[in-house]
Amino acid sequence: MIRSDVLKTLIPLISDELVVTNIGLPSQEMHLLDDQPTNFYMLGTMGLASSIGLGLAMAQSKKVIAIDGDGSVLMNLGSLPTIANNQVPNFILLIIDNGSYGSTGDQTTYAGLKTSLADVARACGCDHVVECAAEDTAAAVKAALAAEQTTVIVSKCESGNIKVPVIELDPVMIKERFMASVAS
Amino acid sequence: MSVNDVIMDAMIENNVGFVTTVPCKQLAGVIEKIEKSDAMIHVPSNREDEGMGLCAGAFMGGRRPAIIMQNTAIGVTINSLATLIQYYRIPLPMLISYRGEIGEPVACQVEMAVHTKALLDQLCIPTYHFHKEEDADELSAILNHAYMARKPVAVLMDASFWKGY
Repeated sequence: MIRSDVLKTLIPLISDELVVTNIGLPSQEMHLLDDQPTNFYMLGTMGLASSIGLGLAMAQSKKVIAIDGDGSVLMNLGSLPTIANNQVPNFILLIIDNGSYGSTGDQTTYAGLKTSLADVARACGCDHVVECAAEDTAAAVKAALAAEQTTVIVSKCESGNIKVPVIELDPVMIKERFMASVAS
Repeated sequence: MSVNDVIMDAMIENNVGFVTTVPCKQLAGVIEKIEKSDAMIHVPSNREDEGMGLCAGAFMGGRRPAIIMQNTAIGVTINSLATLIQYYRIPLPMLISYRGEIGEPVACQVEMAVHTKALLDQLCIPTYHFHKEEDADELSAILNHAYMARKPVAVLMDASFWKGY
């Protein structure tokens, strides 16, 4: 399974949840597969999906799922200790770990070599870390949504991309409709 | 009233509900008060761009955010300011310890001080420079201005403002 296959299995679970999606293909794929006002698409700023998700989860009580990538987590590795030391009951960080920089030509990341992001998250102090195979991701997300705890899920999937259009939505519109969903 | 109290009162008056900080010796007193306050969530961050992500999320969650950092952070956060805070029109007061000005004991701090205002100017970020203690009296209006305009706003607080280093 590649990332877009994993996302497809998640849609029935997360369609109505607040979802922050990482820059590039993860946002574009979610936008193509299941555009929702409850999705916050990052159009830039690689690395900050987990931080935006955590800030959102800390500021209000609805569940928040940040869908991040291994390359982006590596870029903002300092986010994991911040998550570990500010655990809230409503935050899920889902790292789609395909071991590559998918949006830039599938160059290998260090997570695709020796570095285990699940081990890094545990070492940072995250108490609930689940590493799973791509096909088990939906079950892991379902369990995390039912639990009242910060959960970090590392979904190991294959590298590869589908053809998707860029997102043409205006950033302010993405934000405004997302904020309306948060407040509703 | 100490400048730390003036800064804290201005934040409470403007209903600031989420503050992320990367510390500076000059800002230590304010950070201590923020940590103790029940009015705002305080999240120390490891880098200032991470902090801006946290603030963006908190704003969308209904809280007024602010970031406390050194001016060296302007070098770290340009991409986050342009592609997240400005692009999505998220208000973000930045309370900045302006290292490298008169009274600075560490020469290397001057190297970023000379770029600080130029970079903020290039980004079209409204910038206020606190040099004297009474300048802090304008902070409440500046915070209000940032939330009204939905823009990042920089408040540079130099060593003279802090009465030395």
